[in-house]
Amino acid sequence: MPELRTVDVAEVEAVVRKLCVETNHALRADHVAALERGRLAEESPTGREVFGRLLENARVSAAEQIAFCQDTGYAVVFLTIGQDVHFTGGSLAEAIDRGVAEGYRDGYLRASLVRSPVDRVNTGDNTPAMVHYDLVPGGGIELTLLVKGAGCDNMSALRMLTPAAGVEGMKRFVVETIEKAGPSASPPVTVGIGMGGTFDGAAVLAKWALTRDPTGSPSPDPELAELEAELVDAINATGIGPAGFGGTVTTVAVHVEAYPTHIAAFPVAINLDCHSHRVRSVTL
Amino acid sequence: MTTSLSLPLEDPASLHAGDSVLLNGIVYTARDAAHARFAEALSVGEDLPFEVEGATIYFVGPTPARPGHVIGSAGPTTASRCDAYSPMLVERGLRAMIGKGRRSQDVKDSMRSHGCVYFGAIEGTAALLSRCITSAEIVAYEDLGAEAVRRLTIEDFPALVVNDTHGGDLYDDGPARWRR
Repeated sequence: MPELRTVDVAEVEAVVRKLCVETNHALRADHVAALERGRLAEESPTGREVFGRLLENARVSAAEQIAFCQDTGYAVVFLTIGQDVHFTGGSLAEAIDRGVAEGYRDGYLRASLVRSPVDRVNTGDNTPAMVHYDLVPGGGIELTLLVKGAGCDNMSALRMLTPAAGVEGMKRFVVETIEKAGPSASPPVTVGIGMGGTFDGAAVLAKWALTRDPTGSPSPDPELAELEAELVDAINATGIGPAGFGGTVTTVAVHVEAYPTHIAAFPVAINLDCHSHRVRSVTL
Repeated sequence: MTTSLSLPLEDPASLHAGDSVLLNGIVYTARDAAHARFAEALSVGEDLPFEVEGATIYFVGPTPARPGHVIGSAGPTTASRCDAYSPMLVERGLRAMIGKGRRSQDVKDSMRSHGCVYFGAIEGTAALLSRCITSAEIVAYEDLGAEAVRRLTIEDFPALVVNDTHGGDLYDDGPARWRR
């Protein structure tokens, strides 16, 4: 019998609070590096200037402890919990929400969530968090926060392709989605793609794909890594460029994740993240 | 070359898609929820909370200001969500808008007919743009929080002309030039 690990939910609350503030104020170093690579690769003078301003904004927001972007987003939490962990001290979900509320208050972050898409009354504290739980063997806890802006989430898409449409159909769908989003997704974008699973599973996989660390690193699966490189080229060939003003760098990273699926299905979900790509992880 | 401009815009027709500008003067903030209230007010014959003739609207919902700061981070939001409302304001003399993302053909047509310019700013420069805002006060709909209508004074606020009064569109011209 493995020993149970007891964790007070107050510990999770404190971690979420801290992550909300840090993630909104400072871009992860590897994403700053991705933007720097983008600036070097960009051929349009206007595009290079946009990259320069994004990098300057990253420096100022981190130094002055203010939000990198005014859309401080949905607080999307991926929580991977070892099955030997026992939480005490109350509801885990409520502790996560308290962490979000405290972080958004203390970090001077915008409350951007409404309690219902129908009546659209602001919840006032950016809760609820959008939480995905995953149960794994062992006694570890991994918590990843993705601060997800709505502008680019709105430009995301999901399609149930046929097996006959295949990878070529998937590539066309990706480029079509990027073209349709144009300037509204605030390029240079990070692209998360989930292939396979079910309708809902593909969407979660696409969101998870955005969290890859470091940004722009290739998939460990050589076939997917090749696909990612092809998609980067195809997306950059659109000419949309930084902020949509025209240029040769429309994406700084494409992350593809795949999962088993049905003999009749080829679900593809594309989740776009804007140039304000904000994500951080902590091991508890 | 970057040109310094005063708001309200005196000569919208002198601007062309792709021009780089620094904006100075008064702008009013409004996003989806405030625009819905503008439409409601106009439908029952009420006045808007500010004089539209000559005015500039900035599509933004800032973060809360830290103590001692004028405003929090304040970059542009997607303008197309206000496309259904913008023509009614442009017809009443709105002379400029600042946001990000494409506008509908209806909006572009009304801008051309009535002499209004759409400027694009960069969302991921929200912290830098907050430094270009030297005063901020709520003038209406305080209950909307970040979406309340604010009167801002901006100084040397960087933007590019996206849609001019001649039918030019930087979101068409820019990508067309770099497409491979």
